[in-house]
Amino acid sequence: MNTRALPLYATIAIFLVAYLICWIQFPAMLSTRVIGNLLTDNAYLGIVAVGMTVVIISGGIDLSVGSVIAFSGVFISVVLRDTSLHPLVVFPLLLAVTTLFGAAMGGLIHGLGMPPFIVTLAGMFLARGAAYMLTIDSVPIDHEFYDTLRRLYWLMPGKGRLTLLGIVMLLSVVVGMILAHRTRFGTSVFALGGGAHTARLMGVAVGRTTVLIYAFSGFMAGLAGIVFSIYTASGYPLATVGVELNAIAAVVIGGTLLTGGSGWVVGTLIGVLTMGLIQTYIVFDGSLSSWWTKIAIGALLLMFILLQKGLLALGRQQFAGTAQT
Amino acid sequence: MTAKALMAGVAFAALGTAASAQTVGFSQIGSESGWRAAETTVTQQEAEARGIDLRFSDAQQRQENQIAAIRSFVAQGVDAIFVAPVVATGWDSVLEEAAEAEIPVILLDRMVDSDPSLYLTAVGSDLVHEGEVAGQWLVDEVGGEECRVVELQGTTGSSPAIDRATGFRNAIEGADNIEIVRSQTGDFTRSGGKEVMESFLQAEGGGADICALYAHNDDMALGAIQAINEAGLNPGEDILIVSIDAVPDIFLAMSEGDANATVELTPNMAGPAFDALEAYMADGTMPEKFIQTDSQLYTPEDDPMGEYERRKDLGY
Repeated sequence: MNTRALPLYATIAIFLVAYLICWIQFPAMLSTRVIGNLLTDNAYLGIVAVGMTVVIISGGIDLSVGSVIAFSGVFISVVLRDTSLHPLVVFPLLLAVTTLFGAAMGGLIHGLGMPPFIVTLAGMFLARGAAYMLTIDSVPIDHEFYDTLRRLYWLMPGKGRLTLLGIVMLLSVVVGMILAHRTRFGTSVFALGGGAHTARLMGVAVGRTTVLIYAFSGFMAGLAGIVFSIYTASGYPLATVGVELNAIAAVVIGGTLLTGGSGWVVGTLIGVLTMGLIQTYIVFDGSLSSWWTKIAIGALLLMFILLQKGLLALGRQQFAGTAQT
Repeated sequence: MTAKALMAGVAFAALGTAASAQTVGFSQIGSESGWRAAETTVTQQEAEARGIDLRFSDAQQRQENQIAAIRSFVAQGVDAIFVAPVVATGWDSVLEEAAEAEIPVILLDRMVDSDPSLYLTAVGSDLVHEGEVAGQWLVDEVGGEECRVVELQGTTGSSPAIDRATGFRNAIEGADNIEIVRSQTGDFTRSGGKEVMESFLQAEGGGADICALYAHNDDMALGAIQAINEAGLNPGEDILIVSIDAVPDIFLAMSEGDANATVELTPNMAGPAFDALEAYMADGTMPEKFIQTDSQLYTPEDDPMGEYERRKDLGY
C-alpha cells in the first residue's frame, strides 16, 4: 500500500464513519435532502478550497480568498444595481479582476521573494477594504437572471435538491483534479511544493508557475464569490470573514500536507463535506452549542497534523532501512 | 398543477387536524448583547413550558450559518422554524424551500426584505410606541405642573434613538407644561449617561431646574443616577427618572427609590410566536403579518425586587 495516500484513506474513512454515526442517531441524515444541502451550503467553500489545495500543494498559502469572496459579492451587487449590465457580462468581468488580483500577488511573491503569508495577508486587507469602499450596506440583488439561477435544480428522489451551485462545486473539483494530477502545470505545482530549488533543477519555470497558481486561486475565489452571491442573493462587505481559514482546514483534513508537495483535490471535497456534516449534526441535535463545530474541526485538524508527522517519520525510517540494506 | 395543489391542501388539512407543533427549530443570530442572550434563554423556557422540543442553532453572527441551519431544519422535518435574521437581505431561496416543505417560518425581533407570503408572521417591538409609553407616564405623573425635562439620547442616528425620541415627543405634544430643555447623546452606555448628566446638572443650576430625566435606555439612566447622587441630589425624588428596556439593574435602582419608571423591551418574542403557531396549527388561523409585543410600563409599585429576581438569571 502506498503510505503517501494514507491521509486520503483516513479522510474518507473518517467521513464514512462520521456519517454512519450521524445516521444511527438521526436516520433523517441519510436523505437526499441532507446530501443536497451539504453540497449547496458548502458550494462556495468547496470551490475556494480547490484553489487553496493547489496553493498549499505548491507550499504556499492564500489568505486573501475570504475577502475576495466578499468583494465579489459586493462588486456584483453594486454593478447590477447601478448599471444595466447583464450578470453574464458582470461575471467574466469579475473573474478577470480576481484572477488578475491573484496573479499580481503571485508576481509579488516570486518577484520580491516574499513569503506568501505576508503578500496574501496584504491582499486580504486590500480586498476587504475595496469591498467596504463600494458599500457599507448589505445590497440585495434583484435581477430576473438571479431568480432563474436560484431556481435551477434537479429534484432528486426524496425531495433533495441538487442545485446549480452544488453542480458548479462538483465540476470545480473535477477540473481541479485534472489540473493538479493530470497536467504539466500540476506536475510543476507538486515539484514546487517539494522545494523551489529542486523544482528549478527539474526544469520547472518557477516564476510562471507561481503566478499561475495564485491566479488560479484568485479565479476560484471569484467563482466562489459568484456562487455566494447567488446563494444569498446579496452582497455584504462583512460576509465570509475567516472563510480562508475554513478552506485551509478543509484542505488539511482532506489529507494535503501543509508543507506542500503532497495532496489530493478529491480529499479536499471530503474535507469540506466532513466540516459541513459536523455542522449539520449539531443543528440536528439542536441542544449542543454551535461552537462545538469549531472544537470538532480543531480536533480533526490536530489529528491530521499528527498523522502527517507520524507518516513522515515512518517514511524516513523506511528510507533509512532501505538505504542500509 | 391543480391536482398537486389539491393534494397538498388535503395533506395539509390532515396535518392541521393532527394539532400542535412538536419540534421547532430556532436559528438565533448569536449572543452579541445581554438582551439577545436573554431572548435565547426566554425562548428555551417558553418552549419547555409548552412541551415543545426546541432545536437551537447559534449562527455566530453569520448569515451563511443561518441559511445552512434553516436548510437542516427543513431536512430534519421540524414542525416550524423561528428565525432572528442577522441581515434583512438574501432569504428568498431558503424561505421558499421551507414554504415548499410546508414548514411555517416566524421571524423574531428583526425583519427581512422577502415577500411577506414566505413567512407566517413576524414578532417584534415598536420603538416609537416605547417612547410614547415613557412620555405618557411622565404626563400622568406630573399632572399639570411645570416640568423641565432633560433627555439622554441613544447612539446618534441609530433607529432606536430616533424612534424613541419621536415617540416621547408624540406623547408630550399636548402637554404644554412639559418641555424638553436639553437633549444629548449618551451612546447607550452607562459611562456616557453619567458624563452627559453631569454636564446637564451644571448647566441647569446644579440640577435644581430639572424636573425629570428621560433616557433612551436603562444603562444611561443608571449612569445618570450615579451623577445625580454625586451632585448631592436625590434621584427619583428631586429628579424623576424614566427609561426604556427593563434590564435587571434598573429594578434594583427602583427598589432603592432611585428610578421611577421603565418601559420593557421584552426578550420574550417567542411567547407570542408560539401562541400564533399553536392557533395556526390547530385550525389554520392566519395571524397578523406583524405581531407587536407589549411595551409594558414598570414602576416601583410593580414589585421591583421580584422583577429583578425574575430577570437576573436570563443572561442580561
